[in-house]
Parts: sequence; structure tokens; C-alpha cells
Amino acid sequence: MPDHAHRSPRTPAWLAWFIGRLGYGLLTAWVISLVVFIATQALPSDPARVILGPDAPLQSILTLQQQLGLDQPILVQYLRWMGAALRGDLGISLDSQVPVAQLLFGRLGHTLALLAGVLALVVPLALTLGVSLALRRDRPLDRWGLSALILLKATPSFLLAVGLVLLFSMPGMGWLPAVSILDPQLPLWRQLPSLVLPVVALSLSALPYLTRMVRASMIEALESDYVVAARLRGIPERLIVWRHTLPNALTPAIQGVALTLRTLVGGALLAEVIFSYPGIGTALNAAIQMRDLPMIQGVVLVITLAVVLINLLADLLTVLLTPKLRTARRVKMIRRNRRGIRPWWRRARSTPAQEATHD
Amino acid sequence: MTDARWLADPQVRRGAVITSWVVLVAVLGPWLAPHAPTAMVGPVYGPPTAGAPLGHDFLGHDLLSRLLSGGVSVLWMSVAAATLALLVGGSLGLLAGFSRRRLDQAISWAADVSLAFPDLILVLLIVSMLGRAPWLIVLTVAIAFTPGVIRLARGSAVAVAGQEFVEAAQMMGYSRWRILFNEILPNILTPLLVHFGNMLTWAVGMLSGLSFLGYGVAPPAADWGLMINENQAGLLVQPLAVLAPALLIAVFAYGTNILAEGIGRVSARIGEKQP
Amino acid sequence: MTAAVKIASDVLQVSDLRVELAGQVDVLADVSFSLAAGEIVGLVGESGSGKTTLATALLRHARQGARITGGHIAVAGQAVLELEGEALRLARGGLVGYVAQDPATALNPALRIGALLRETVLAHLPKLPGDAVQQRIQETLVDVGLPDDAAFLRRFPHQLSGGQQQRVMLALAFVLRPRLIVLDEPTTALDVSTQAHVLDTLKRLCRGHGVAALYVTHDLAVVRDLVDRVMVMYAGRLVEVTGRERLFSAPAHPYTRALLAAIPDIARRQPLQAIAGHAPAPGQRPAGCAFAPRCARRRAECAVIEPSLSALDAGHQVACLVPHREVLPRGDVAVESVTAPGEGVLLEVQGLDVAYDRQVLFDVSLQVAPGECLALVGESGSGKTSLARAIAGLGENVQGQLRYGGEPLAFSARQRDARLRHQIQYVFQNPYRALNPCQTIAQTLSAPLAHFFGVRGDEAHRRVEAVLARVSLPARVAGLYPQSLSGGERQRVAIARALICEPRLLVCDEITSALDVSVQASILALLRGLQGEGLAVLFVTHDLGVVRAIADRVLVLRRGRVVEEGSVEQVLGWPVDDYTRTLVAHSPRLHLGG
Repeated sequence: MPDHAHRSPRTPAWLAWFIGRLGYGLLTAWVISLVVFIATQALPSDPARVILGPDAPLQSILTLQQQLGLDQPILVQYLRWMGAALRGDLGISLDSQVPVAQLLFGRLGHTLALLAGVLALVVPLALTLGVSLALRRDRPLDRWGLSALILLKATPSFLLAVGLVLLFSMPGMGWLPAVSILDPQLPLWRQLPSLVLPVVALSLSALPYLTRMVRASMIEALESDYVVAARLRGIPERLIVWRHTLPNALTPAIQGVALTLRTLVGGALLAEVIFSYPGIGTALNAAIQMRDLPMIQGVVLVITLAVVLINLLADLLTVLLTPKLRTARRVKMIRRNRRGIRPWWRRARSTPAQEATHD
Repeated sequence: MTDARWLADPQVRRGAVITSWVVLVAVLGPWLAPHAPTAMVGPVYGPPTAGAPLGHDFLGHDLLSRLLSGGVSVLWMSVAAATLALLVGGSLGLLAGFSRRRLDQAISWAADVSLAFPDLILVLLIVSMLGRAPWLIVLTVAIAFTPGVIRLARGSAVAVAGQEFVEAAQMMGYSRWRILFNEILPNILTPLLVHFGNMLTWAVGMLSGLSFLGYGVAPPAADWGLMINENQAGLLVQPLAVLAPALLIAVFAYGTNILAEGIGRVSARIGEKQP
Repeated sequence: MTAAVKIASDVLQVSDLRVELAGQVDVLADVSFSLAAGEIVGLVGESGSGKTTLATALLRHARQGARITGGHIAVAGQAVLELEGEALRLARGGLVGYVAQDPATALNPALRIGALLRETVLAHLPKLPGDAVQQRIQETLVDVGLPDDAAFLRRFPHQLSGGQQQRVMLALAFVLRPRLIVLDEPTTALDVSTQAHVLDTLKRLCRGHGVAALYVTHDLAVVRDLVDRVMVMYAGRLVEVTGRERLFSAPAHPYTRALLAAIPDIARRQPLQAIAGHAPAPGQRPAGCAFAPRCARRRAECAVIEPSLSALDAGHQVACLVPHREVLPRGDVAVESVTAPGEGVLLEVQGLDVAYDRQVLFDVSLQVAPGECLALVGESGSGKTSLARAIAGLGENVQGQLRYGGEPLAFSARQRDARLRHQIQYVFQNPYRALNPCQTIAQTLSAPLAHFFGVRGDEAHRRVEAVLARVSLPARVAGLYPQSLSGGERQRVAIARALICEPRLLVCDEITSALDVSVQASILALLRGLQGEGLAVLFVTHDLGVVRAIADRVLVLRRGRVVEEGSVEQVLGWPVDDYTRTLVAHSPRLHLGG
């Protein structure tokens, strides 16, 4: 083990890693925009016809196509769309004739509020549950808790949502709105009860994965040599859980939260549709049904960019919260294999110096 | 030899029993159904009677007949989607793990990019674009699952390939194919199998969700997901029409899930014996 | 309370300690002993003997699934097993300190060294003012030979070397000034010279602070210079307890004698004797003496009566019905080389360079004669494994020249001629990963037969049985999967896989380092026999005792360069290079001055 590893250079090594990671994220985002554009352009529908209606004369459709630039090569169309998107202009919704960005902005706020509510509920709950199950490993509470979580995990999330809607549309259950149709005149924070059921439905479907992840990494940390050593040094149990175990168990949980968020973005669509919640998911669903091309492009772009951003943040947090990665001279999150020896089919040709590991 | 050890675990047995029970209902159902699934034989939302033990649905179909006929579509589509994803993703993952750095990076990166599209949104986009033919739905669900399989297969293959017994095979000068099929593939089958079980669970959820949203199997065909959507309005009059298909979907998902979990746990336990 | 009369100076009194697994299967039973203040006692046993269970039981800790079910432990007058809650917590660390086996995993990767030390002090002395805590930490760091500056305290464990990490573990134990300290194989993960320094420090601390220490190890040679007394453990029982001199000169229990005969000694070449059979697993103890089935001196009553630990004479206890009473004969029979190495050169390496991120081998040259055993010796990071892998055709980024039988040899095994490829075989360090878990032993062994010689069917079957017999495994092993074999058996299969290729050169990479000494002895004996049949062996190791036991010539590597080369007698007896000298001087030895 090199002894000079602790010497801290002026710029931390993770910064270089992060810049590379950022570039990778941007590249991914760009490719995604390309894919989204081309895929949606391939939709068998003609925006001009959507706008003018089925009975419009051919001549006016052709004129409109020209105005919209639809007669130009797809690459030119893409560059134009891309340039506008970079300025924040995502086009005009074919359905409502309102700028997509404006429509999306309001909807995005609603979906973000929904996701924030889910995170605020799920993360503390999963941590508490995961930690307490791990501390009672193999006792009845743990076994029952696990079985319940498996049941919850297996139930398709839309069934949970449908179940909740049905439950609260029964007579006598009117104390929570079963559907979440918001009044656009009122700010969201005055209509919070409408958020409760969608949040609960999404939380229930996200809870099992995160809880089991926290439980597993807690157990791994609790069984580690350093926790046994700390116990045998007389460190109080409270400190063992909070200082020795939890921080080490949290690092995998960060990636877990990121993955949960990624699945939630998709799951939110179903939940929003079921609860008629005016978020980005219902917008996408409506746009798909109306073949509202600019809207579809806008929504998908925003969602995928959000996912790229989430991944980026999760990786950054993981590096910053793991001392070994933070202080490494060279950060590389992917390990080759246990002994750092490259498999044979990767050898030769390439220069060896690029593949440094820190472990 | 491994099968026997898996079945020794009570959880695996329970999962196998539950899964095969639902599979039996779905596969044999169409022959057992007293009526055609599209025949309107009773009153709208009619309650259970002697002739129709579960009552009737929103158009007066016999609920039991629709239930018995509505499982095949979910079942074959989810199995087909998961199998397709396993085969394609497994091959691509192995290819990535075994090619030189360029191709590996390209495949892994493509998998990363497609993981940025949430599953359901990807499926919705494709289905809305190209139509709702069953094979198309299967294909799109498989496409949505493939990146995950690629990552898993690549990761496990590289981990196994770093072990000494693979190096020993390489030193003997065995051909690459032989190393791939004899040394590596058998050792990554278990994680892939567990993932397959999980994919089944997700596929069931996603397919019935699609049907529920109206992008799946087209009415008037019987389908469990579709039935939930159709009969929502009559919940208070005829709750069975919603609850029964929901229950069957949940039970099937539960069965495949604990089967996968059990297999994963047993093999982890076997693996523990080797430090 | 115990019947034993308490001697004022006894820090630790253990009586009738018993630890069980589920189902009343005992892993540890009838263990009684005591330790005086300032005394260092070695606890020696092979894997599965229950020595670690005993060590942690002294802190009233049992691993998952095990329970302390009986007995009495008193440390400085406190009954440890009766402690609960807060009192138990204070006793752990405060009364009894613990140093774990592998410091790399026993230090929390997320906490700085200073935080660990401060937390440990404050957990026991919450009222100590800040500057007193700081002073105490710095004193302790100086005591264990570590820097005490603020920069060091701010480091994370992964920023320390292995030796420094283990010193931090010592500091964490000594900072609380416990009365007893339990060390569980604390130097296994360290290089010999680091190990020697850590052991020196430990001895000085125990003597200086009057702390009693229980030092758990599998290697008698390691404790040769450290301990005052030794306790030998077998199958969950103490079988012999005696002073150090007595143990090495006149061991009374047949197991102790067998263990001593199995340990390779750097000082002289002695015929290593493996112990036949296996130690019984918990729950499978035979009636009577647990060692009887493997014992050459057993009598009829040994299978009936379980001997208890009783005094042979003053200060010497043994659990045996027919203990040895005579002094161990000084085995002055210097074993001659099995064969005179053949004429000529089988393998020649010239100017070999290997570089990964940085260069690990610099201009290494060596020669191996047919039928010769050349040992490659070096500490971790010396490049010895890279050299072995390069020769076997597994290396990457190799430059230089390889010649085999006078002909140039390609660096990659794949590019070598198949007729040459089977002549150079490699055995890996870790037997647990060397065999494909999805193939039976027969499949693993017959694959190379078909590949190299086109031999299949009955002939292949016959050859597999023959090679299994050659490595002393029963023919029924052929039908088994690796997971039903022990580590030693797996390593034999790995050797058999090499042998079935009819090699002329066998490259062995630390092949015994994961095995118990008695198993190691049998593997070394096997290699010795094969070498007698004309096989050349390139043996990579860090253990100079093993070198003495097996090699004809030795090559010492340091940081990728050859620093010394010569016959074993010459290099180990009269080392010339400074580095070789320290290596030889720090290597644990069984016989002083021998």
C-alpha cells in the first residue's frame, strides 16, 4: 500500500472524475434527444393533418407543412428543434395551441411535488424499517416484515393505485378525495389532500425495494469485522448503529434511491392517470392519444434528462460519501475484478496505463 | 443436482406450487369455461347465481368464463417477453463481456442510454407508435427489459471470468467458445434465472397495466388487466368483477416472485460455503 | 464459584467453559486455564479447532449461531459471563481488549483514525477532559510506534500500510489500559519483517503495562519468541498446556508432536510429516479421545475414555492417556536433496520486464534445470506472482525473452504450441476458486486429456483414477463436485489437473498459503515426491520455512528485482544481500540456533 496516498493534491481527484462523468451524462442526454426526436418523427401521423382536421384540403395541408418545416430533411428539422429546445422553446402543442414549455412547466411542478412527497415518505420509512428489521434479523418481526414486503413487491403498482381509488370511492370513505382533479385556480399547497392517495400508492410500490436494500446493506455492515471489533471495544450500541453501521450502509442506499426515482418516474404515469392527477404523466398519456408530437417530444425529453441528472447526482454523492473514493488519487467506480487482473481477452494492443484501479 | 437442492427449500416449493396453480388455471381455463368469453349470457353486473357462480360483468358476460379465458394472454405474453429479453440481453451481455473494449463500451453505453427511458414510457411510446398487436407488445416489453439483462449478464460474466478456473482453462488453450459455454455460462445461469423470475413479475404488472390503460389486448377479448378497467364502474354492485382478476394477477406475480427469491437465496446459501 | 484457589496475580481465570451451536453440538468444552499479569500465552490450533471461539468468548461474545452455555470466566476478579448491559460494554475494551485478525477489514473505512481512538476513549471514560483524551491518545500512538501528529490522526484506514493498520488496532486496544488483551492471529496478513516488528511492539507493551495477553495463532513458529506458555487446542478441547521451552523440547501430546513435525523450519530441512485424516467437525466427535483415529499411539481404551487435561508434572498439563514422556529427539537428520538436478536448462528467462500501471518486474533473469525445485521468494508486492504468471503464459505486458528447452517461448499461453503448452502447468493460490463449481472432478480432469492427447472414454477414466491416486485422493472423488471437498482436497485436485497434462515444469503460486500446516505438509510431501519423478517445480512463496523444506535453489525478489540467488543452504544459511538478511532474521523459526 503506497504510503504517500494521503497527500492531498490541490484539486481532488474526484473532480477530474466528475468532469468526465458530466461529459458522459451530457453525451447520453444528447443521444437521448436524438433518439426521442427520430422515434417520435417516425410516428405514423402528420401534424399538419392533426392541426387542420381530417377534412382540410390538400393545398392548405401542404402549406402548413411548409410553414412547420416538415418538408425539410429530418436532420435539418432535428437541428432546428434542438436549437429551439436549447433556448427553452419546445414548440407549440398541436392539441391546445399553447407553447409546450409553458404547459410542461406547470405539469412538471405537479409531478415534482408528487415525487417529493413520495421521497419524503419513502426514504425515512424505508430507513427506519430497514434498520429495525436488520437489527431484529431472523426474529418474528423480521420474518413477517419480509413476507409482507415480498407481497407488496409482487403486487403490480397499478393494482395498488386502483385498489386505493376503489377503497376511497366507497360510501363513508369520503374523507380523502379518491381522485386528484386539481383546481387550476388554487395553488397546489392548498389542495394537499389530493396528493395523499397518489403519494401513498407510489410509496407503497417503492417501499419494498428500498427497505430490503437498506436491510441487506445494514446486515452486511452489522456482520462486518469492523462492527464486531467496535462491539468488542465497548462502543455503545447506539454509536455502533448510527456511526459505524449506518454511514457504510447508506452508500448503496443512495444508488437505491436513484433507481427508485427512475422507476417512480415511469410509475408516476400510471398513478397519475389512475388518480387523474394533472402531472407530466397524464400529459404524456393525453399527448400520445392525441398524437400531439411536440408535446410527446417535450415530455420524453424532460423525463430522460431528469433520469440522467438523477444518475449523475447519485454517482457524485456516492463518491463524496465514500472516503476511499473521495481521497483516491484516481477515481474509478467500476472495478475490474477481484484481483485487478484484466481478463485475457482485454489484453494486448491497448496500452496498460489507462486502467488504474485504486483497490 | 441443483434442482433437487432448490426444491428442498420450502419457499421455492411454495412459489412453484402457487405459480403452477395460476398457470394451470390460465392454460386449462379456456377449455373449462362454461361459456364463450364474449357471449352475453346474463344481466349487466348480475350477481352470482347458480348458473354463474361469480356473476356477470359490465356487458353481461359470464364472469367465470371470462376469468378462465383471460389468463392465457397475460401468461404467454409475459413469458415470451421475459424469455426474449433473457435471450437477447444475455447474448448481448456476454458479447459485451467478451469483446475488446470498444464494442464492450458501445454495448454497455447503449444499455445505459436505454435505461434512462423509464420502462413503461418506452413501451407506451412504441405501442402508441406502431399499434397494439400482441407480438408487438411482447417485443416492446422485451426491449424495455433487455438493458437490465445486458448489465447483469455482462457483470456476472466478467466476475466469473476473473476466477482462477477460467484462467486455468485459458492456459490449457481451450477455445473461446468452449470457455464461454463450459466454464462461464453454467456459473452465471443462477443470477440470470433469478432475474428471469423478477422479469416475469414485472411483465405481468406491466402487461396488465397496459391493458388497463387501454394499450394492451383489444376488447372484446378477455384479459385480466382489461377486465379490471372494464368493470371499474360497477365496483359497488359487482365487486367480484374487479377483485377476481386483480387477485389472479397478484397471485401469479407473487408466485413467480417468491420462486425467484427462493432460488436466489438457496444459491446464495450454497455459495456461502465457498469462501 | 470456582474451586481453584485464586492466585493474587492471576488476571484471567477460565473454568469449564462451554460453547454450543444449535442442537447442543459443542464447539468448545471443558476449557479451563489461567493467565498471570504480564504473561503472554499462545493458543495454537488449526482451522476449526475452536481457538477463535475461545478468544471471543473471553469477551462474552459468540459468533452468529453459537452460544456460551456454561463455565466461568473471571478477569481481574470480575465474572465476565455474568455481566449484562452497561457493565458488559465497559468490560469489553476496558477490562479485556481485542485485536482482530485482518486490520484491513476490522477498521471502519468511513472513520478517521483520530475519530476511532477518541470515540474508544470517550466510550469508557466519558468524563475525561478533552486535552487529557488527546494526551492519552498521543501517548498510546507513540507506544505502538505510530506518528502522533494531527495529520496522521486525520487519515482514513485505507491510507495506512498493513503494518500501520495493525498498530492502530493495537493502539485501540491499549489506549484503554485493559488488564487482558486477546489477539486473534493479528499478523497473518502481514509480511515477515512487519510481523516481527509488530510482535516486538506487542511484547514490549505487555511487559511494560503488566497486561496479560492471549495470542491466538495457527503457527507455532510465530509464537516461538513471543510467548511464555503455549496452549494447544484440538477439536474444541485444550490438549496440552505448558511452558514454551518445554513445548518445543518435550511435547507430551501426540497431536502437538505431529503439529511440530508438520511445520517447516527455516533453520534446517527436516522431513515434514503430514497428519493423516481430518480433524472432526463439531458434532462428529468420536467417543473417547478426539485425536485417537489419527494417532499412532492409540490403544483400545483411547476410543472409550475421553482424557481430561491433567498435570503431567509441574507446569505441564496434557490430555492424553499415553503421553510422550521423553524429550523430542533433535532431528539432526539433514535430509539430502531428493534428486540431483538434471543436466541442462529446461526454462530460461532473460531480461523480463512486466508493467501494469507501474513497472512491477525489472530485468529478471533465471534458469530452471529439469527436475529442479526453484523457489521464488519475496514479500507482497515484490512481483513474484507476476513473474510466475508470465512464465505460465498468463502475464500481460511482458517484455524480454523466454526460452523453453532451448526454443523461444511465446508470452501468451494461447500462442504456444499445444505440444509445449501441456508441459508447463500452473497451480493457483486459492483452491476455492481454482475449480469450476459446475463440473465434477472427473469432468475437470478429463477435459485436458481430450484436449491435449485426444484420450476419451475408458482410457480417460483410467488415467483420471491414476492421477487421483497419485495425489492421494480416493477414486470416488471423481464423481463429486468441488464444493463437497475441503481446501486441501481441492488443491490436490488442482495439482492433479496439472499432472494429468504430463508437465515437465510445474509453477506453484503460494499453493499452501490458504491451508493448515498439517495439510501444507502433505502437499509439500506430494510435490517433493513428484519432483523425485523428474518434474521441475517453480515454487512461489513468502515463507522461508517452506523454501527450506522443498527447494533446491532460491531466488529472492525485492520490488521487482532479483537481489539474491543461490542454493537454499547458501542463501538461507549465509545470506549476502542486506534485504535477504533481514528476511531470514525476521522469519519465525522453531529451533533456535539450529
